Amino acid sequence: MSTTATSPVQGKPQPEKNGGPAVSAKPVTWKLPVTLSVLATLAFIFFGLLGPQGNAKFGVSSGGDFFQLPAIEVPAFLSGIVLSMILLGLAGYALVLKARNNQRPPRWVPAVFTVVFVVAFLIWVVGGARTPSISLAGLIAGSVTLAVPIVFGSLSGVLCERAGVVNIAIEGQLLGGAFTAALVASLTHNPYLGLLAAAVAGALVSMVLALFSIKYVVNQIIVGVVLNVLVSGLTGFLFSTVMQSDPEKYNSPGELPNIDIPVLSGIPVIGPILFKQSVVGYLMYIAVIVIWIGLFKTKWGLRVRAVGEHPQAADTLGIKVNATRFWNVTIGGAVAGIGGSFFTLVAIDSFTKEISGGRGFIALAAMILGRWNPIGAFFAALLFGFADNLQSIVTIIGTPVPSQFMAMLPYVVTVFAVAGLVGRSRPPAADGIPYVKG
Amino acid sequence: MVRVLKLELKGITKRFGSLVANDHIDVVVEPGQIHCLLGENGAGKSTLMNVLYGLYEPTEGEILIDDKPVTFRGPGDAMAAGIGMVHQHFMLVPVFTVAENVALGAETTKTGGFLDLEDTRRKIREISDRYGFDVDPDALIEDLPVGVQQRVEIIKALVRDAKVLILDEPTAVLTPQDTDELLDIMRQLKSHGTSIVFISHKLREVKAVSDTITVIRRGKVVGTADPGASTTELASMMVGRAVSLTLDKAPANPQETTFEVKDLTVIAPSGQHVVDGISFGIARGEILAVAGVQGNGQTELTEAILGLQERVHGSITLDGEELLGSSVKDVLNAGVGFVPEDRSLDGLIGTFSIAENLILDRYDRAPFAKGISMSPAKVLENAKTRIEEFDVRTPSGMLAAGTLSGGNQQKVVMARELSRPLRLFIASQPTRGVDVGSIEFLHKRIVAERDHGTPVMIVSTELDEVIELADRIAVLYKGRLVGIVPAGTGRDVLGLMMAGVSPDEAQADAAGKHAAPSLSENPAGNAAENPAENPAETPATNPAPAAPSVQEPRSGAVGDPHE
Repeated sequence: MSTTATSPVQGKPQPEKNGGPAVSAKPVTWKLPVTLSVLATLAFIFFGLLGPQGNAKFGVSSGGDFFQLPAIEVPAFLSGIVLSMILLGLAGYALVLKARNNQRPPRWVPAVFTVVFVVAFLIWVVGGARTPSISLAGLIAGSVTLAVPIVFGSLSGVLCERAGVVNIAIEGQLLGGAFTAALVASLTHNPYLGLLAAAVAGALVSMVLALFSIKYVVNQIIVGVVLNVLVSGLTGFLFSTVMQSDPEKYNSPGELPNIDIPVLSGIPVIGPILFKQSVVGYLMYIAVIVIWIGLFKTKWGLRVRAVGEHPQAADTLGIKVNATRFWNVTIGGAVAGIGGSFFTLVAIDSFTKEISGGRGFIALAAMILGRWNPIGAFFAALLFGFADNLQSIVTIIGTPVPSQFMAMLPYVVTVFAVAGLVGRSRPPAADGIPYVKG
Repeated sequence: MVRVLKLELKGITKRFGSLVANDHIDVVVEPGQIHCLLGENGAGKSTLMNVLYGLYEPTEGEILIDDKPVTFRGPGDAMAAGIGMVHQHFMLVPVFTVAENVALGAETTKTGGFLDLEDTRRKIREISDRYGFDVDPDALIEDLPVGVQQRVEIIKALVRDAKVLILDEPTAVLTPQDTDELLDIMRQLKSHGTSIVFISHKLREVKAVSDTITVIRRGKVVGTADPGASTTELASMMVGRAVSLTLDKAPANPQETTFEVKDLTVIAPSGQHVVDGISFGIARGEILAVAGVQGNGQTELTEAILGLQERVHGSITLDGEELLGSSVKDVLNAGVGFVPEDRSLDGLIGTFSIAENLILDRYDRAPFAKGISMSPAKVLENAKTRIEEFDVRTPSGMLAAGTLSGGNQQKVVMARELSRPLRLFIASQPTRGVDVGSIEFLHKRIVAERDHGTPVMIVSTELDEVIELADRIAVLYKGRLVGIVPAGTGRDVLGLMMAGVSPDEAQADAAGKHAAPSLSENPAGNAAENPAENPAETPATNPAPAAPSVQEPRSGAVGDPHE
């Protein structure tokens, strides 16, 4: 009847077969090629043209290794030029791919770019230092050490958020663990009891978060922030009133011993990282593996992830959503508490105010960067540990860059890593959304 | 599947505060039957089923299985008793695989709690083969089409040995073809001994598969009906009074084309082209209905016209004036009336009064405002006339809009949008979740606006509504325009087009099928005839007429007066 010939499409409709995908792919942007080009140009100017003339020396072996590898010594200026040329080449490749074929560069391009950039940066910094020599083994081993509390913190985040509760209180859990570990270990003269107490303290902080966010449906971010302030205030107060009154009695926890595994710990570079660790360090490796297997290979993990993704679906299958969340948050707190004990039982053998120094928030970033995966979070935490360690080493050997700028490094890395990569990661769908039945 | 069970609900009452959702409901589901619960939206069907599935605790009454009373403390208990449920909104974790979703909650494990998904995969293949489901156990749910996701839900229930399967509005999200397949699956399940409780308000489907029909209205059972009863009979039982299921609509009298969309592309934040190169025009005095399964770009298309979408390319002209790039306010001022698809989210401010809601787009000008002050008397006066004109059932215009029923809320939105001179009227899902009485009224108003000489665009996922209102029908699939066909095009042709088949192929295909009419695709063309004259029609005996029948589409909505 009333068909007016107004549509240009009418009469010759676009043929489309049933089920044919009409979904266009994500458009390729200029973001990556341009960023790479800018960084490569900066590298060429600073690391290359303005590079130091001396040699940079990197020690590979440490004293205890059962065989010694010679130190690597490279001319700083020449390698600066060569490496920045490689960077320019990679950036150019990405530009050409985008301009000619409108293609995204393959995944290895940004990865190789990052590695080459970091190496060039290291050579530049070390080559220009007063004592142009650092121990590579020490740099990496130190990174792992500094990463330990961050790894525990991010594991806590993974456990909570996979079940759908945002855990901003990691900082408070670390701090609570650190304080309790110091106090209990001092009183009992047993650092292992301190370790246990740290886990309990972290779990208690977490239970408050769980109670308010799950039972009373209070905004999870707010509860988390308040808990951080609460723990910070409480430990600060107890530190100055109790611990300071008699540090001998209350604040000398003693150290957890380092355990060297014979033979294996003598392997250069890898030995000190894997087989020359404190008890907490070994626990870290175990925790990463156990939580990964637990989350992705077991019945428990399947249920936890379902609760974090689609709590209603889990509920209709007879899974107790809020109980699952409660216990996950509690376990997460215990894990973070153990991480906190690292400060007072391994790194420094006494507690001071704010000893965790914001690492709980870095842990949160590591969790996001690691895409809510324990192994990803581990490597992300290592990255922050590396940046942290690098800045302290570089400050010691004396470089042209002001130390204040180097001290910013871990935080700059945090911002860039999360901002640059978070767009591609996807949090659990029900993360931060309380589940109320009916 | 040897054990069959008899399920009985006795005097089930469920109250939420002062609201009585279910009032002493008695239902008996005999073993191996398809038992339909028929009722309008909000009649209390879903509440009843949630009680049966253990999600709600009944205030009064009891559930009997094989004549023994049982109490369910949660869905786990219901499942253990052999009751499975496919919810209207699927309960599937999108980032899990089919096997993980099926396993969830009833996992087979190796020693130490490790998952044994191989066992689940085997069970899925077994069921999939038995019913011809063709489901890959390792596919991710989010990659699967809606129809397949629904089969996963059915598999989930069958793996748990469900003897009674509850299907809650299962066809709401399906294309007509998927719907036919689902009805087939239901018959197969029945022949294997599974009883089915089928919740629906779509009369055609109900008549096609049910053995027994229980009609529920306002939380009460108002009677049982025979599937052979005519659609008008069923409709009046459901609504509680005689309803006119046909819309008296004069043929359109299209004039010049004043609204034109050219090469419109909308890019979602994800980078996906959710509307992809669409061109069409609407003449003054005609209704263009945009059909398609939900989520194929309809929402984005209407939002782009209104200026609510950010990344839009192409051109949208109204009386030769470019609308693209203008602010929403400018678009409204250009004379575009817009009824959004979700009235409670985008159409109304629930806590504001009806009177205030009626002037949301004109609060800042005469006669309602003078300088910086508003004139409450004028606002109330306006409300009074509109409430009367649009038959909004409310004691006062001062009441909060959120307290109204769905149908009355929609009347308020429609009253606001139609109360100024329009040059284009767009209504998205104009009667979703609206009672039958209001549907008649709203449809009449839309047609009146057309006869007034306004170009009208209707977006609806309900094929019945499309057929009833349209002068021309545009079908969207995955953001693209499959084609624009005249009103009176066969239901089966439209159904194929909604699945992406081009109009020519769809017509050839539909014609081919009619040569050998199958049981499943019966009701397609029938509704084009007036079923009131043909009350005894049954699915099996009625071969559909040749498609496409070019006739008045006015009686098309008979099968589904609701929504």
